[in-house]
Amino acid sequence: MKEAGLKAWFPSLLRLALVVLLIAFVTNPGWFEPLLKPLTENNAPVIYNQGSLLTLTLLHLRTVLIATVAATIVGVALAILVTRPAGAEFLPLSRSLVNIGQTFPPVAVLALAVPAVGFGEKPTLIALFLYGLLPIFENALTGLTTLPANVVEAARGAGMTGWQRLVKVELPLSAPIILGGIRLSVVISLATATIGSTVAARTLGEVIIAGLLSNNLAFILQGGLIVAALAVLIYDGLSAIERYTARRMGREAE
Amino acid sequence: MGEGVRIRFDKLGVVIAAISAYAAFAAPFATFRANRIVPGEARSILESLPAAVGPLLMAIVVAAALIALLKTPLALRLAASVVALAALALLIGVAGSFLTPAGNTFARISPASGFWLLIFAFTLLLADVLTRLNLSPQARVGVLVVAAAAIGLLLVSGSWNSLSILKEYFNRSDSFWAEGSKHVTLALGSLAAAVIIGLPLGILCHRVEKLRAGVLNVLNIIQTIPSIALFGLLIAPLGWVASHVPGAAALGIRGIGTAPAFVALFLYSLLPVVANTVVGLAGVPRAANDAARGMGMTDRQRLFGVEFPLAFPVILTGIRIVLVQNIGLATIAALIGGGGFGVFVFQGVGQTAMDLVLLGAVPTVALAFAAAIILDAVIEMSASKRRVETA
Repeated sequence: MKEAGLKAWFPSLLRLALVVLLIAFVTNPGWFEPLLKPLTENNAPVIYNQGSLLTLTLLHLRTVLIATVAATIVGVALAILVTRPAGAEFLPLSRSLVNIGQTFPPVAVLALAVPAVGFGEKPTLIALFLYGLLPIFENALTGLTTLPANVVEAARGAGMTGWQRLVKVELPLSAPIILGGIRLSVVISLATATIGSTVAARTLGEVIIAGLLSNNLAFILQGGLIVAALAVLIYDGLSAIERYTARRMGREAE
Repeated sequence: MGEGVRIRFDKLGVVIAAISAYAAFAAPFATFRANRIVPGEARSILESLPAAVGPLLMAIVVAAALIALLKTPLALRLAASVVALAALALLIGVAGSFLTPAGNTFARISPASGFWLLIFAFTLLLADVLTRLNLSPQARVGVLVVAAAAIGLLLVSGSWNSLSILKEYFNRSDSFWAEGSKHVTLALGSLAAAVIIGLPLGILCHRVEKLRAGVLNVLNIIQTIPSIALFGLLIAPLGWVASHVPGAAALGIRGIGTAPAFVALFLYSLLPVVANTVVGLAGVPRAANDAARGMGMTDRQRLFGVEFPLAFPVILTGIRIVLVQNIGLATIAALIGGGGFGVFVFQGVGQTAMDLVLLGAVPTVALAFAAAIILDAVIEMSASKRRVETA
């Protein structure tokens, strides 16, 4: 009995430990210096020294957040539009456009956005937005087109208007699936944002690139691990929210 | 109520007409720069083309936009989009030669936002027509081949030679093909390795339930490591292997360069291959397996005769994801000296020479796009074949 309890708690404990470790690392990277020291050569700095890891982590998260919020608004709005009678004729085209969009490599999008908007955060936001849009739109479309027919009929029978049906029935029922798309999109964006530093965006990619340029493995490792830890934690957190809404809506998340 | 003649608009056509009106009348068609890195000066359609040709292009754009705007037959819309795209493709080359001062080798002419918007608008029209035509997979590959042949013809004929992206190409035509073949080798090689390792691993995960969660979790976590970090992290272990394992260096294993890029792409490729193999095998109908067992098939016969063919379309979907993703990710290999089209992209970003960026980005996008269309067609063909066989 006790053993089973411990087993069930183990993943949560592990996550908690990861959160504590992550916060400790970005706020007090000096504590971890001895651990990373063996990875450097010729007395090179062990902890990234051209900016605070905490600031870069927050900037990284901010970039991902802005891009994801924008992608969510546009992706869900587009999915709503093409599933209404008025926009139905755009449905096949929007599907093919989404497929085409997915074939554009993020590096290419970043580099091509530079002449239009300049260096820095903006091209990164554009690339992350375009990349994040696809999973959200796709999942929102799946959610809105696979609603149980009897529920939609019942809502119509109860005299709800199109708007009421959308807000009170269709969107809440699709929420778990849409959240699944947001989760995918956030995880992709967290990793892709690092590439933004090749066009001078201030993200954790800066740490990794500094490591690549100066052949400093400690830099590469700390930048990479912070991003990976953020991705794992956010993925887990969003999965939990998704399971919760799915239980409330009685729908299985994908 | 009197029934007058009602003009009916196409909804997508409104969007296309709005974009093309802005692009043709308000946005620059080409950019003129005195040399490759100074800021450009905008030129409109009428300024970019010889006296009679500019108005002709205007007329073509307006006519095609009108056809898009009104509810017109599909065949007409198809013709309008193809004619407009062909005219744009041909005339941007004409603009290149027209705007280049005679004998000047420093001046750079590149397509500007108006040109790209027009291309976008009429590609949208073409994509809509092709989607509505509901082409068979073979026909879609056919369209791709025709489009590629047309672009190839334009390139070979030299009608784009005065454009800046091709000037960048002529300055480094040898390294372009060398980096291109490296790019393709990286993307395809790591895919092949992932299929060779991932398929058996997926089958194992399907058969041994205890392994499944563990293997998929590890592969999931690998996906969260940013590509540039994973590339960098592999430099050290591979450098160690190269200097400590006899014969490794002779095989081309080095700390920097192609080896870490190859291993990183391979690691990223494993998840889609393994996960789709597991999903595909899990989706094999129980009845098919029972029937095979009833016929006295051995496990191995069942795997290759029943399960594998039925799971094939799902596994192919995983391979499609990997190939498109690898073609994109291979650009990042350039950051660690692994070569590929990324070399031009990052050089271009470093020199703020956008033509050089395009020289790396355009072939990458084209490769990924072609790979997606071809594999989608193959997946659809294999899935419909399966339906026929099981029906």
